[in-house]
Amino acid sequence: MIKKTIALAALATVAAAGAAEARDQIRIVGSSTVYPFATVVAENFGKTTEFPTPVIESTGSGGGLKLFCAGVGTEHPDITNASRRIKASELEMCKNNGVEGVTEVRVGYDGIVLASDKSAPEFSVSREQLWQALAAQVPVDGKLVDNPNTKWSDISSDLPNAEIEVLGPPPTSGTRDAFVELVMEEGCEAPLEGIELSEDAHEAACATMREDGAFIEAGENDNLIVQKLQANPNALGIFGYSFLEQNSDAIKGASIDGEKPTFENIASGAYPVSRPLFFYVKNAHVGTIPGMDAYLDEFTSPRAWGPDGYLADKGLIPMDEAEREKFRDQATNLKGLTMDDLK
Amino acid sequence: MASPNPNAYDPAAAAAAEGTAVSTRTRTTADIVNAGLKGRYRAEKRFRMYGVIAIAAALMMVTTLFVSIVSKGYTAFAITSISLPVTVERDLVANAEGEITDRSIAFANYAAPLRAALEAQFPEVESRSERRALYEILSDGASFQLQRMIEENPDLIGREFTMTSPVSSDFDVLNKGQIDLTVPENMRRVSDAQAGWFEALQERGLIETTFNTNLFTNGDSRQPELAGIWGAVVGSFYTLMVTLLLSFPIGVAAAVYLEEFAPKNKWTDLIEVNINNLAAVPSIVFGLLGLAVFLQVFGLPRSAPVVGGLVLTLMTLPTIIIASRAALKSVPPSIREAALGVGASKLQMITHHVLPLAMPGMLTGTIIGMAQALGETAPLLMIGMVAFVVDIPGGPMDPATVLPVQIYLWADSPERAFVAKTSAAIMVLLAFLVFMNAAAVLLRKKFERRW
Repeated sequence: MIKKTIALAALATVAAAGAAEARDQIRIVGSSTVYPFATVVAENFGKTTEFPTPVIESTGSGGGLKLFCAGVGTEHPDITNASRRIKASELEMCKNNGVEGVTEVRVGYDGIVLASDKSAPEFSVSREQLWQALAAQVPVDGKLVDNPNTKWSDISSDLPNAEIEVLGPPPTSGTRDAFVELVMEEGCEAPLEGIELSEDAHEAACATMREDGAFIEAGENDNLIVQKLQANPNALGIFGYSFLEQNSDAIKGASIDGEKPTFENIASGAYPVSRPLFFYVKNAHVGTIPGMDAYLDEFTSPRAWGPDGYLADKGLIPMDEAEREKFRDQATNLKGLTMDDLK
Repeated sequence: MASPNPNAYDPAAAAAAEGTAVSTRTRTTADIVNAGLKGRYRAEKRFRMYGVIAIAAALMMVTTLFVSIVSKGYTAFAITSISLPVTVERDLVANAEGEITDRSIAFANYAAPLRAALEAQFPEVESRSERRALYEILSDGASFQLQRMIEENPDLIGREFTMTSPVSSDFDVLNKGQIDLTVPENMRRVSDAQAGWFEALQERGLIETTFNTNLFTNGDSRQPELAGIWGAVVGSFYTLMVTLLLSFPIGVAAAVYLEEFAPKNKWTDLIEVNINNLAAVPSIVFGLLGLAVFLQVFGLPRSAPVVGGLVLTLMTLPTIIIASRAALKSVPPSIREAALGVGASKLQMITHHVLPLAMPGMLTGTIIGMAQALGETAPLLMIGMVAFVVDIPGGPMDPATVLPVQIYLWADSPERAFVAKTSAAIMVLLAFLVFMNAAAVLLRKKFERRW
């Protein structure tokens, strides 16, 4: 018993000493979409510099910004990844908590793909047809009714005579947000034209996914969705492009608006469903936390985010040279984000 | 009536044995019993069958689980490596003045000699894009490995030596036959040309499959061929140490007080109900508590095993207290009375007699509580232990992750090779759990006393 008391006391001392000591590794939180890219940069950074490898948590874009904006000091993260741009309200929250300088760095693009099992026939669909297939309510004879489409062929005779079954991520996921924004909200415009709706009702009609079994929330684990696709070749799954890239022998991407989800098509902007990825840096921590500037340097170097860099190997779609130049500049000069930038 | 069953009650025989007359009345009752006997035996048989079916179903599920995990994961214990004759020229590691210093060694480009060694195998490969495809055979980790070799042994500079390093995960998967080369070339990770080169290397005897030590010695990595569970094992170790050091003494002390000293009143009843309630609280709640108390009030660092240990202590305490109380209860009162009777104080009675006799039961409860804590991820999510941590933690204050979290992170990774790694990590975790539970059973078997 005496031994244990001593051990306890020793532990308490260690705990107190450790908490008082400054942190020597970078702490990163944020989007699960940027996580696979940020971790590769962090690992290479850890191996090639004298600094310890940054610790990265995957908390989702919104959760990450909340932690990031909680304040300045070693108990708060230094960088947050985001698969969407910071909102004005979030920057406001940062400012209210004393986080003054926040630098925005865009890292590249990610495509959102609709994929099926490799044995399935080629699938080509427009965003309008996708909305018709997946929206909770669609217009019939000028009135919004619960979605009556059960087969793809109900929407257009060009589409296969197969049950509509799409597996996608839950609403907490950034991929889902992006799918709603880039597919549903674009695809709803033409069909809803001429229907009298208030602005809110219009918004809801565009963004609400159906819940009668045609759209299935399959959880965040993409490997699980692939297994379900293999069991049912008529089903489609919603993935980030980086996942398709790594599993191209098991699943294949469907064309959207006539464009195939290839690296070239997403990079050139021809493929319509792609979004920029970001990370945000707390300027007050650069110089306090060792290695911050070196990490920014590594992330924005050509060997990381360039067209031939290791991030492209992991499925990140690189920006063009002018954009890379611009954001590298912002990262090195720590150009703080202002409210005007977000308008 | 001649019953086929030897156990059937034959009143005639019984009466003959006793030498008394058998009344008609008893004969009828016995007949009724005998008539129903068959049905009762059948009911018993059915009842036993249900039990056997239940056991068989449970066993089948366990077998399915093990078979699916082992069949997916066993390939991860082997790794494909390539041996190449490499020469690190003096010019490469020297600085601008032509001197070799620690700094110049640290900043040299070690990918170049490795790529040159691979090119030497295929002199016919000339175009830049083809060369890039060829370099993909090498793991990103190979240049770091070469750097370490040169740092440890600078004599190697300028000499040709054979270096064995893992191939990149795509080729590891190819070597294990998990890539179907019959699907169209643009739909798989390895092109026909790359597969051809790899085959040529195999024919030259440069490719070999060995035991995957990386899996047991490395921390996490995004390159599947370099990723290992050692960081998570060390993290789990520190976390469980903190949990054990806190929960065992506190749990035992609480149990001893409640069982031996506490007066039986409403307060102790309330405490008892609350302890039982705590055992049923979902573990994520303890994580939220940990975030609010240990991180935000006490300012302990995020992702540290010490915080993980504190949170898991809250979770395992009820288990240990309940098991310890049961163990104390099973010590017969005669032991206590005898000790007090020969003049021992209450403290002596407890520490000399009751505690040693109850200890095996307490330890069993503790080990089972620890095994639960080892498999827990939910409460750790809130305190930041679900994170990408590459460096092996050096103490309970360093950022770390634990084994089940490592499994969760790998299961979510897009790279194909992580599928096998996930199952391999599950096997290691299961091995630890089986070992701990077996230790609990052995302890009970060896030291338990029946009264």
